[in-house]
Amino acid sequence: MEVPILKQGPYLIATIQSALTDKDIVQLRDALVEQVGKFRARGVIIDLTALDVMDSFATGMLQDMAHMVRLRGAETVIVGIQPDVAFAMVHMGLTLEGVTTALDLEEGLAHFECAGVPGRGG
Amino acid sequence: MALAEITHDGKQTFEPTTAMLRELVAHLAQNRTQLREEWVRRITEAQLLQAMTKDEIFAEATSVYDSYVEALETRTLETLTTYAQNLSERIIPRGVETHEVVGIVLLLRDVLARSLFAKYHTDSALLNHVLDAYEPAANAIAITVSVGFVRERERVIREQQEAIRELSTPVLQVRERLLILPIIGVIDPHRARQLTEQLLRAIRANRAKVVVIDITGVAAMDANVANHLVLTVESARLLGARVIVTGLSPEIAQTLVNIGVDLGKMNTVGDLQGGIEEAERLLGYKVMPVAEAQMA
Repeated sequence: MEVPILKQGPYLIATIQSALTDKDIVQLRDALVEQVGKFRARGVIIDLTALDVMDSFATGMLQDMAHMVRLRGAETVIVGIQPDVAFAMVHMGLTLEGVTTALDLEEGLAHFECAGVPGRGG
Repeated sequence: MALAEITHDGKQTFEPTTAMLRELVAHLAQNRTQLREEWVRRITEAQLLQAMTKDEIFAEATSVYDSYVEALETRTLETLTTYAQNLSERIIPRGVETHEVVGIVLLLRDVLARSLFAKYHTDSALLNHVLDAYEPAANAIAITVSVGFVRERERVIREQQEAIRELSTPVLQVRERLLILPIIGVIDPHRARQLTEQLLRAIRANRAKVVVIDITGVAAMDANVANHLVLTVESARLLGARVIVTGLSPEIAQTLVNIGVDLGKMNTVGDLQGGIEEAERLLGYKVMPVAEAQMA
């Protein structure tokens, strides 16, 4: 299932609704990295609230995505990781090193607002 | 469970046993008042159930007696099992001990057996028959009541253990979005897992941004538990909360260094006060004396 990417002001929000195949994730990555430039976005929020399992491929992809978005001039926040999922992830050594995380969508947006992400005229 | 299943010599004695049981029930129903009073007298004499008043003992004795007779009559233990559980629920909080419950049930058995002796002692063959019917039934009843009591007691103990475990790991909110988790005592792997679960759930429920874990009250931890602590800190970060660990003892500091913890991931402050101050700074609070604030 393709992940919808919504534009909200200077931010892009990708809400993952169900378990993703590896192909879906690659597609999401390509779409996000492209749209960051197209919409001149300052921040990207990836919402994982609906996910109840995360594997190493998905985690690695998310990390890559965050770094690519960074190189394209925006910041990524991953939100909505469930407690059980979080603990399972760190157990497998998947700690999303170097990626900002927040509790939920609201927190993610608040992070951008108060962190004063260096914008382009935003 | 039907009482007939417990009778020992199977088919041949089954029919007479049924007839005997019926006669037995009739006898017990007839002498209800007298036997019940005798039983209560024996209970008082043996100084059992001292936590209860005389009237209470009498009331309970009546109910037990009637359930007992009913169990013999209907040949099923269900009513008695329910009653025994109900009784245990009522008397355990009052400090009634296991030996007392077993004691009173055995006393009832003795009282009834004696009354049977008194009635049938002239005919020893008949007495034997009556006892053949009575003994297995009486034993089954005694076992049911005692087991019911012990089971209820175990349930209470389990519940209390659960409560102690819950209480031993409180997660407290001290400010909007700031939680503290004071840990006291030994952390075993089971408790460590529980701690993590509770903390992560609390972070979600309270929308916490900063958590201070204070381990002043933990003297030492093994490498496993220390590793678990590090995992907890990282899990909390995935939920968007920062963790500050305070009050590390020299031993724990050594353990953490020995397992090669990445200090970049773990924020530690000397004591709880320092931890809370650091947390306030992260949250953008500034705490100062009122006088100073007015001057500023």
